[in-house]
Amino acid sequence: MEGLKVSDANLVVYVHPSKSNKVPQAVLRELSSLLFRFNESFDGVVLAYDVQIQDKIAKILPGFHPYFGVKLKAKLLLFAPKPNMLLEGKVVKLTERSIHVIVLGFSSAIITVEDIREDFNHKIKHGDELFASRSQKRHVIKVGTMIRFLVKSFDEERLHISGSLLPANTGSIRWLARHSEDFSVSDRSTRKRSESEGELVGGETYSLNNDHQIKKSKKHRIRE
Amino acid sequence: MEGGSECRVNRSVDYSPWVDWSSGCGGRTVEARFVVVGLELDLWWWIGARFGPAETTTISRVMGAEEFGYNVKAQTFNEMEDDDFNHFSDSELVYHVRDALNSVSLGDCDSYNQLVGVMHHSKGLAPDEVALLVTSLKALSGAVSYIDISLHEALLSSIFDMNMWNYGPDVMDALLGLIISLASSNGKYVESCLEMLVSSFTPPFSFMDMLKQPRGIAKKDQVLSRVHLALKHIADLVPLAPSKLCPIISRKMPIYEKEPMVVVYAENMLKLESGAIGEFVSSTMLMALMDTLIDLDVDIGWDGILHDDSSKGIFQMEIEDMDEFADYDEEDGTEDTLLQFPRELSRKSLGGNSTAEKLDSLMVLTFEHLKSCEVSGRLTEVFEPLLDSFRITVLTAYKSKFAQFVMFYACALDPENCGVRFAVLLADIFACEDYPLSFRMSAVAYLASYLSRGNFLSAPLVASILKRLVDWCFEYCNRKGGEMNPTSHRLFYSGCQAIMYVLCFRMKSMIDVAWFKPHLLLIEQILKHKLSPLKVCLPSVVEEFCRQAEAAQLFTSSEEFNFNDLLESEHSRAFGGMERLDMFFPFDPCLLKKSDRFIRPHFVYWSMVRPPYDDDECISDEDVVEEELDLDVSKMSITPRNPLSYWISNGLEEPRGMPARIRPSTSPESL
Repeated sequence: MEGLKVSDANLVVYVHPSKSNKVPQAVLRELSSLLFRFNESFDGVVLAYDVQIQDKIAKILPGFHPYFGVKLKAKLLLFAPKPNMLLEGKVVKLTERSIHVIVLGFSSAIITVEDIREDFNHKIKHGDELFASRSQKRHVIKVGTMIRFLVKSFDEERLHISGSLLPANTGSIRWLARHSEDFSVSDRSTRKRSESEGELVGGETYSLNNDHQIKKSKKHRIRE
Repeated sequence: MEGGSECRVNRSVDYSPWVDWSSGCGGRTVEARFVVVGLELDLWWWIGARFGPAETTTISRVMGAEEFGYNVKAQTFNEMEDDDFNHFSDSELVYHVRDALNSVSLGDCDSYNQLVGVMHHSKGLAPDEVALLVTSLKALSGAVSYIDISLHEALLSSIFDMNMWNYGPDVMDALLGLIISLASSNGKYVESCLEMLVSSFTPPFSFMDMLKQPRGIAKKDQVLSRVHLALKHIADLVPLAPSKLCPIISRKMPIYEKEPMVVVYAENMLKLESGAIGEFVSSTMLMALMDTLIDLDVDIGWDGILHDDSSKGIFQMEIEDMDEFADYDEEDGTEDTLLQFPRELSRKSLGGNSTAEKLDSLMVLTFEHLKSCEVSGRLTEVFEPLLDSFRITVLTAYKSKFAQFVMFYACALDPENCGVRFAVLLADIFACEDYPLSFRMSAVAYLASYLSRGNFLSAPLVASILKRLVDWCFEYCNRKGGEMNPTSHRLFYSGCQAIMYVLCFRMKSMIDVAWFKPHLLLIEQILKHKLSPLKVCLPSVVEEFCRQAEAAQLFTSSEEFNFNDLLESEHSRAFGGMERLDMFFPFDPCLLKKSDRFIRPHFVYWSMVRPPYDDDECISDEDVVEEELDLDVSKMSITPRNPLSYWISNGLEEPRGMPARIRPSTSPESL
């Protein structure tokens, strides 16, 4: 999955004098206020952080409240989806005109019917709504499916993604993984994509594990 | 097909082609021969068109207009018109709405305006108008991606202004469908959608009287169950929505509205707390509720509680209450003399106070919620945010009057966990040097009152907390001891007073705790120290304590203290400071009528206490007359040893009493 990156950052956290005997706690608390918000300086949504205090000596600010600045080095896990990136998420709702997806458990995404390729047909089977591909057998998207989609736009303030299932390399991840070689021959570019798909597929399994790892590390950080 | 209303088809409608249906339908073939011009007529027409035999339409379900008392007749379109028309599917309606929306940017606002008009129409809807509204809402749900936040501002604001209470279930469902679609389609609408739902927590003003009636209660269930379900759906689709919901709820709390509104709103908050999205909002909801309780609490003026003439001992009030309480309704206490029912009078004056009424109702709501949490096993989990809220809000408020009883009740429901936790927290705050002085003094005042008044607290627990206090005071004497100085050693004196106060209530049970004995000896040393707590602490507490200590033969030697039956002295005022923490007994009997019924079974009234000098059952006095002090304080009186001599010797004498009220002194430095 694209859109995730790890950045190194040099930070300074200003701590109130009342917390001078619990500086690590104060620093962690300050950093946790960054979580799940888009930060312009980092150019991404902070998902997790790993922090090391650089210097035991901190400069005291002049002024009414003598805050002191603790220098840190941090590794930040950032989520920064850009247009035309491929993201993965879980379908939580499906209607005739839209697919609602949740990415990484916190970001909502919507794919409207105009952005779903003609190939996909909305059906109701056994009471469940789903989108089934006409040309690709068994390529089905329903509630609970993990899908890969293209980013059209990302609302940084609300962390809301507008997505697209038009490109051929989007759809149910499971199906894509199994059928990466079986792309329709008619499209050369599709062929080319299928080669890179192979990498993506290999990468895809990696990314699934990565997600798991990421989630784990997030828990680990917060416990700290 | 269930009952439908009469379809009025205006045959003079101009059927002119308006939109080419066949294009842009995603491969589905549609044969539409007739398209109409004005939207209002359109939809009526469509409604008629949908009464085809084969199609199960959503509209037909809507047409059940029984609740409006209409005699509905099912009429199929076949009966009315030629069988030429095809049925319009939902997608066709959506396209129409889409086109209405898109045409705004092209300058053509007619259909759009009509759509807005449909949304605005909310009162006294006839069944066909209901159907129109439902169709429009459903069509809009499918066309949310075409709604532009600036172009279609009128439409959006009319949607967000709708209050669910004004409509029947079908409209509600359609409206909620639209709201959920809007919220999940674009992050920009999430807050407005949430605000709309929170506005639907309370009914419009016109509904308020109906709320208590069965019809109103049924309607409330109908509305609120749907609103909360919608909130859950939105949270499922937009995971960050709950974090946006909490500030909206806190902000929109109608605290200054009438009591039924406030109560309904608070009901919603508690419903959220224990509901599907509870894990995300629980602590915020509880804290917001406690904040509201405190806001109301500080708004109740002391005039509401003080009854200047009475200043009777609470002791009698409590006795009378116990006998008369069962009969007490809105009874006018004036048939009895002023002497006998002063408490009822002060309750009455409080009863007229609308803020007190609101607080009373909210506290009862909270109590009931706590009870249901206890039943479902959630009390411990709910207690933590309550405790935090207490520490942050209640403890810091200037002399909270009743809000703290929420904690009392929660502890009473679960003495072993919550009860202990509360006591330990207060003791920890007292002992912790990081906190400011008045905070620590306030904590120990709460602690003393709590330990004395909770009948669910075990003797070992009380003893262990007292032990901590005693150890702390003893160490203080040795470490910082000096001469008597009320202002320099405020914390010490408040600690001593707390110990004495608790022992006044629990002397016998503390003596019975074997391992506490050595601490009783320590107490003697503390009290006899140069710091002279006996001279500084509140005289009435000291007197009562000394009487009991003497009777229980606690001390090896006893010094005589003559306070002239003063309730307070200049020394106690000095250590009590601006806030008069020397006279702060927060868990004194609760004056809120409805809340008191919950508290009563767990409460220790002074009259229930059997001090060591009172080994025989003594009756209480009814006619205690107090001297009117310029301080205007009422106190708890105690059963005098010799009633006759007491009254004969000094006509208007103040009884020795336990100071139990929270009345502020009227001396200059008090607030």
